[in-house]
Parts: sequence; structure tokens; C-alpha cells
Amino acid sequence: MYQYDHYDRQVIKERVDQYRNQTQRFLAGEISEAEFLPLRLQNGLYVQRLAPMLRVAVPYGLYNTAQMRKLAAITRDYDKGYIHVSTRQNFQLNWPRLEDVPDILDELASVDMHAVQTSGNCIRNTTTDQYAGVAVDEIEDPRPWCELIRQWSTFHPEFALLPRKFKIAVCATEEDRAAFKFHDIGVELIHNDAGETAFNIHVGGGLGRTPVISQLIKPNLAWPHLITYLEAVLRVYNQLGRRDNKYKARIKILVKAMGAEAFAARVDQEWQFIKDNDNTLNIEAVDRVKAFFIPHDYQSVDDQVSNERLQSQRLESTAFNRWLDKNVQPHKQPGYAIVNLALKPTGIAPGDISDYQMEAIADLADRFSGGLLRNTHHQNIVLADVKKDDLFELWQCCESLAIATPNLGYLSDPICCPGGDYCALANAKSIPIAEAVQRQFDDLDYLYDLGPIDLNISGCMNACGHHHVGHIGILGVDKKGKEFYQISLGGNMSREASIGKILGPSFSSEEIPEVIQKILDVYVNKRTDEEPFIDTYRRLGIAPFKEYVYAG
Amino acid sequence: MLDNAALLIKDQQLSDNHWQLIDKEQVIDLSSVADSDHIILPFAHWQENQPMVLGKANIGLWLDSDESAEPLASVCHDVPLIAINFPVFSDGRGYSYARTLRDHFAYRGEIRAIGDVLPDQMYFYQRCGFNSFLLRSDVNPETAINCLNDFSLSYQAGSDQRTPIFHQR
Ligand code: SF4
Repeated sequence: MYQYDHYDRQVIKERVDQYRNQTQRFLAGEISEAEFLPLRLQNGLYVQRLAPMLRVAVPYGLYNTAQMRKLAAITRDYDKGYIHVSTRQNFQLNWPRLEDVPDILDELASVDMHAVQTSGNCIRNTTTDQYAGVAVDEIEDPRPWCELIRQWSTFHPEFALLPRKFKIAVCATEEDRAAFKFHDIGVELIHNDAGETAFNIHVGGGLGRTPVISQLIKPNLAWPHLITYLEAVLRVYNQLGRRDNKYKARIKILVKAMGAEAFAARVDQEWQFIKDNDNTLNIEAVDRVKAFFIPHDYQSVDDQVSNERLQSQRLESTAFNRWLDKNVQPHKQPGYAIVNLALKPTGIAPGDISDYQMEAIADLADRFSGGLLRNTHHQNIVLADVKKDDLFELWQCCESLAIATPNLGYLSDPICCPGGDYCALANAKSIPIAEAVQRQFDDLDYLYDLGPIDLNISGCMNACGHHHVGHIGILGVDKKGKEFYQISLGGNMSREASIGKILGPSFSSEEIPEVIQKILDVYVNKRTDEEPFIDTYRRLGIAPFKEYVYAG
Repeated sequence: MLDNAALLIKDQQLSDNHWQLIDKEQVIDLSSVADSDHIILPFAHWQENQPMVLGKANIGLWLDSDESAEPLASVCHDVPLIAINFPVFSDGRGYSYARTLRDHFAYRGEIRAIGDVLPDQMYFYQRCGFNSFLLRSDVNPETAINCLNDFSLSYQAGSDQRTPIFHQR
């Protein structure tokens, strides 16, 4: 992974000093609440329903075991002994004290971590595929480009007070695991006719109140220009994006209003001015970063022998067999596999893990996966470089840590925002909804028979739980002061991106498990052989679901 | 709205302000402006009287956040001072206007941040090409000057002289 040098450390150290000073001036009354707000937000500090929430940046979801152990210690020393994996691959602390935040940042800096730009109307953490570098369908490792974007966007002087938050995702695979079409900018890595790295730049995607799929505005951008082109997009947005209404302030609204073509032309005009300036990338800069992402030190393993061994281990244990089928993914290196640690046991908020689990997971990563970890936007954790020969042992460890539920991508593995239990913006709770669904649908055979279903739950329109793009989406709404839930069907976050359609009038929390059951009944009755839920939905549309759910 | 009694930091120092800001509503007879008076006209007002004010060393203009720096492409070089207003500090359009003036039009005169200008934004203002700052009179000037140097290194090129870190490595 990327290693800080003295430049990076210097920047982060100066940030901690700056923020300590700002906090002191705020506490002394020299800075007003309103003025302090963006300062703390740009440091990831929200003031929530019950306590502040601190979001720690995990650039493109990748981190090491020293960082994990430090985070575990922080949750113990400054918080309540657990942490939350967010849907944007970051970590969130739910109970820090505002006064302690400078000290927490100091601790984070000691392991090259920070909370820079994890909130506020600025460029946020750049995200990518959780399997980057090891995926079989990858064109090229996207992480060096993510890192270059991270550096450029960190403390960018011009884009600290944009009309609204700004999210960039990079995708370098056949199957899109970064949901790049739902980002303000989706950078799609391609190889051009000459075999060189280039980018298709998609702009104006997003979820929230108005979900939109992005549009391609710049095909085949040569790699040296990545940064200057992004800067041109941002400069146009910064000047022309709406600031009168926060619900209309995202770049998607601007691109829609101008039309993608006119927007692209305006960006091009801007870009001509800055195209070859100092931000232009050169091969030295790119190679330097690429060198940090050299493949893991793989041992040569006889894949066939490993597979045979796995085969006999499968026969020994059905539970292992299931886990291997569901939570382990193919790896581009023979003899290796990608393992997902499942953070959605029933009864625990999706994505939450305790300090004890964090330390144990760090030990597992050291033992089995080169000391590196990744957070996924599905709110699980990935060990990306596990030898097939180690899988059985790793599985046993995961079992004892309650992180081996073999349900990855199934209904009981929902994406779920913190919702009304924590979040001040929520209309409704989301964690108990996830739990109710998990309790109702706990029969693995039934879940497997249903096949992969993305269930995404958000506690309000801000859509942190990405409800629009769940095959089944649940959105908390407020009806005369009461918590209700709106259901949508047919969303999809992969390459065939789509936005879910609302089923009809909303439901109370008690009704949700039954409604989901009815939706599944329609699917099971109408599906053809092997047809996944999303395909049945696309074939039939929403009508039969609607009819059955609301009948009598 | 425009606070003429405010504190001026210019070129990293506390300075005397001899420029007077003119409000949009203010009516001013340009023929009565003495050479010793220094005034900053609202952009619309300045534009209406361009033939008369262009090239005058004692008449500057100010842009509001919903205006644009683009119309100044060919004329800015004959304006001694361009102020950019921040009606609220969280309205970040002015940063791009300053960069447009400095980077696209190579404007060399004074660019002044006015309005809701906060010390904690000064480092960013400066990197976008502002070189003077009109702060609220209750701001501690020492804090403000310190804020100009919050960071000693920058990852990206700006309108100042800094080289991105990646070129230094
Ligand atoms: S979707 Fe709404 S309730 Fe959920 S975390 Fe985001 S802002 Fe809070």
C-alpha cells in the first residue's frame, strides 16, 4: 500500500496542529458555531443526535494492521470500544468528545491516518473496487490513480467550499464494484488502442434526493491529464453549481440543467487554460506511486493440489463449504483467494465491530494476508491475499469471531446507514429494520435459493445506505412525526446501473418483514430457472409486486 | 453590509487601508472623485463607466459572488485592485474567480478578499491568488497572519509559487 514519506507526514502534522488551534479558539469563544462548522466537518466531525461522530478516512478502503490496532486502541481510550465501517469504505467513531478530537487526530497521525475531508462540502475520499489489484477482471490496478487523486484533492485551496460534497470513484474492472455511475465523477480506467492507460470521465451521477446515473463527458482522456481535467470539472462546478438550495446543489443538477454536452464544452474551455500546467502528471510521479502497489509477495503454489485439498475440506464441513462458496472470491494469482469477513451478524448494527474483533482481525491479516485490510462499501472487510491452503484455518478463526456468516451478497447482508439510532438527520431508524429482516430471513437454504439480493437501507433521503440502488431499497420517511418506510425495487449498482422504483405507499416498521416476504413470494412464483431477482424484476416490471403487496 | 472600518492584511502584514468600498446602492458622482481618493466600485457600476474609470490608479472594482471574472479578461490589467466579495464565507465561488484572474488572465494587481472573510480560510485564499484581506475588526490580526501559513507544503499547484509535492519528490 502507499507509504507516507516526510512530505505526507508533514502535511498531516500541520493539519493536527491547525485543528488543535481551531478547537481551542472555538472553545474559547473566538470562533462561532457557524464558523466552526465547516472547520470541524472538513475534519470529519459531525455533531450527532447523542454525541459527536468522527469519520476517519481510509483512502480507497485500504489500510494496514498497525492502523487497525491503533483504531482499536482509540475506540477503547476515547470511545465505547467499537467502530463502524461506513458505506464509503471509511471508519466512524460514534462517541468521541469534541475536546478530545485533536488528541485522537494526533494518535491517528502516528499511524499515518487522518480525518481530512471526510465530511463537508469538499472533495471526499476517493473510492474504488474492494478487490483492486487482485481481481480477475481488472484492466489495471486503479489504486495508484486513486492515490494521485487523493493527493491532488487534499487541501485543495479552491475546492474547500463547494456548493455541496463531491465524491469521485475509480473503476478498472469489467464488473463495476465501485458504483462509479453513482458518483459526482466516475473515472473509468481503460486501455486505449495503443494499449496505454486512459480514462473515460463520467460526470453527474449520485444518489440522495434525486438519484441520477452519470453521463460520459470525456472519453479516452490520456493519463497525464487526469488531474488537470478533474480540476477543470471542479472549477466549472464551483462557479456554476447552485448554492441557493442544498438539495439542488450537487453537480448532477448542474449537468442536467446545462445538458451534458454544454457542460462538457464548458469544461473543455476551462481545461484548455490549464491543460499542461504544473498539475500535469508525468511518468516519474505515476511510477513512484505505482511502486507502492506492487503485488503481494506470492509463493508459487500448485493450484490444483490446493483445490483438491479444499475439495476434501468441503466434504468435512458443510459450514466451511458454504463459507467458501459465498464469502470467498477468485484471485488472479493461482493458489490464492480473496476472503470477505462478514460484519452483519444478526443483532449487531451492520458494519459495527468491537475493539476485540478489530485486534483479532488485525492478527488474522498479519497471519494470512500480508498485513493488509480493506473496507468494502458493503460494510464488510476483505483479506485480499489469502493462500488457499490457509482458508480452512482462517475460516475456523472467523467462526470463533462471529465474522463468518456465509451470506455475502444475500438478503441478510444488507447495506445499512446508522439511521435514527445515531444520525441527527434521520427520519427513521434503519438498524432495527435490518435486524428485523435478518431475523425473519435466517434460513440460509432459503436465502441461497433466492440468490443474490442487495438490500439497501437508508434512514433518510441523504441515502447513505444507497437505497436507490438496492435490488430492494428501504427508505425511512417521516409521516406526521411517525417513522415509516418506503420500499423501492429494481435498483442496481453494477454496470447495468439502474435506480429503483417506488413500490407505493409506505409501511410501518412492523410491516416490513411481511412486505419483503410478499415481494420474495412474487419473485419465487414468477422466476424462470436460475433467474436472479433483478432479472425477474426487469422482465416483469413493478406491477405484479405492487399488486400482490397491496392486495387486501 | 461592507465594513470599511475593518482590518486589512496585505502581503502578509497588517496594513493601512486607503481604499474605500462603494456599496451597490451607493450613488457616486465619478467626476467628483479626487486623485487622492481610492475607491472600489461595484462591478456593474464600474462596467457602466468603463471608458472613464479604466486605467485609473485610484479606481478599483469588486465582484460579487454571483458575478464572473470572465468579462475582465482583456481589461483587468488596467485595474489596480480587484476585490472579490464573500457574502457568506461558505460561498466558495470567489476562490475560482481569483484563480481565473491570476492563472488565465495573468492579472498582477491586488486581489482583495472582502465580506465574510475568516482567518481560517486565509491559507486557501492566498493559494488562489488573493494578496489582501479585509477582515472583521474584531479579528485578532496575529491569528489571521498565522493562518496564512497553516501549511508549509502543498500537494497541488495553485496560483502561488508553490510546486506540487509530487514534483519535489
Ligand atoms: S441516510 Fe440519513 S439517516 Fe442515514 S446516515 Fe445518512 S443522513 Fe443519517
